[in-house]
Amino acid sequence: MKYMLLIHQGDAPTPRDPEAWARLSEDEQNAVYADYQAINETPGVSSGLQLQDAGTATTVRVQDGTTLTTDGPFVTVKEALNGYLILEADDLDAAIELAARVPAARLGGAVEVRPIAEW
Amino acid sequence: MVAILEETFRDEWGRVLANLIGFLGDFDLAEEATQEAFAVAAERWPRDGTPASPRAWLVTTARNRALDRIRREQTYAAKLRLLDVPEATEDEMDATAIPDERLELIFTCCHPALALDAQVALTLRTLGGLTTDEIARAFLVPRETMAKRLVRAKHKIAAAGIPFRVPPDHLLPDRLGAVLAVVYLIFNEGYSSPPTRGDLATEAIRLGRALAELMPDEAEVQALLALMLVNDARRDARFADGAPVLLADQDRSLWDAGQIAAGKLALDRALALGGRASYVLQAAIAALHVDDPPDWPQIAALYGELARLTGSPVVELNRAAAIAEAGDPERALTIVDALGLDGYHHLHATRAELLRRLDRPAEARAAYDRALELAGSEAERRFVERRLATLGNDP
Repeated sequence: MKYMLLIHQGDAPTPRDPEAWARLSEDEQNAVYADYQAINETPGVSSGLQLQDAGTATTVRVQDGTTLTTDGPFVTVKEALNGYLILEADDLDAAIELAARVPAARLGGAVEVRPIAEW
Repeated sequence: MVAILEETFRDEWGRVLANLIGFLGDFDLAEEATQEAFAVAAERWPRDGTPASPRAWLVTTARNRALDRIRREQTYAAKLRLLDVPEATEDEMDATAIPDERLELIFTCCHPALALDAQVALTLRTLGGLTTDEIARAFLVPRETMAKRLVRAKHKIAAAGIPFRVPPDHLLPDRLGAVLAVVYLIFNEGYSSPPTRGDLATEAIRLGRALAELMPDEAEVQALLALMLVNDARRDARFADGAPVLLADQDRSLWDAGQIAAGKLALDRALALGGRASYVLQAAIAALHVDDPPDWPQIAALYGELARLTGSPVVELNRAAAIAEAGDPERALTIVDALGLDGYHHLHATRAELLRRLDRPAEARAAYDRALELAGSEAERRFVERRLATLGNDP
């Protein structure tokens, strides 16, 4: 099965926010880098992409043929998607185990696991 | 004959369905085929006699029905988990060759990716063989709501790839905890209300027995069975006129001595396995309660151990009650007054009992009044009212 792991940073500190990032010790910072690298090298994981921060998002709707754009993500900034991974795995347990290794999941964010529709 | 059939059906439903799900990898198809096989049995067995191995007959018939259906629908390869599925045969399978896949099934039904209410419903439907109507009635929700809950859960199992297996060792402790929590929740739904819903308690014990048989080396599994057996043995004595009866006032002749003995035996197995976790402690406490007289200091010590393990203030409240029974209501009151459970009616009912014993009737009355305000059910209200009335008669 193929799963998409949607990474929501939530309150998790990232290097994009130097002030929050500085609250992590150097060991913790290195662990975050090492964990993401290990995840990207995990068999079955492909095309993980990181998105720029939610402040750069534009949300598009079409009403009666008119394109409406709003500044910001579809959900609130805190809930916005920050990146994703694709995983090919046997079952949901494997996807949950990988999701639990994503640093955002333990630092105040969350990872949503979604099976990819296959036809 | 009908009664024998019903008993066989009840015993075999979970096993046959588990086997079909393992074989087909499709809950709905497995359920339909199992239902058909049971319907054919209900028609044929009374006429032609019960087969030598009812289980083998049911599994063979259900598999054949499922394979027929798949062929009819021409989606053979897509629907089957295994590509080289044996041809359907008229011969009955050898009963010993039928794997018991109930454990795989219960771990699937109680997977943490499913909502708790869905885990409960699915477990009762698949392993317990309860109908959607029965489950809806038991949980006091409309039939439609329960039907949707089951459909949604089965859809998620298939679509999200929830595995049909006993979890590997590194996942087992967590997942087993989830399974035991579901079984215990079902038990308590039946146990904590007046006897009308007692069949849920019986159903939970049936599940508990199956788990104890399938996982004989897991202390917590044996302990949960022990806990349910010992508590359920007092079922007929626990309510009178719709209100709970205090343990000390229960008519012991209504207790099921055989079931208490079976519970203590299961507890001994759990202790022999070196268990000292939550269900072992709870079962040991339950078993001490039915001794005459109960060993209150020992019960208080076990509640203390359980409180350290769970951090639960409700357990602390029970520990205080045991300390009072052991002869120290003063110390018990100090513990109770330190608990942050002001919105919990049992806290005030317990305080009232302690104050009564300490000969402080005015404060006891106030505590009963507060308990009455907070009582969540008619049964609880009636109980507190009765205690309050006896306080009025005190000199």
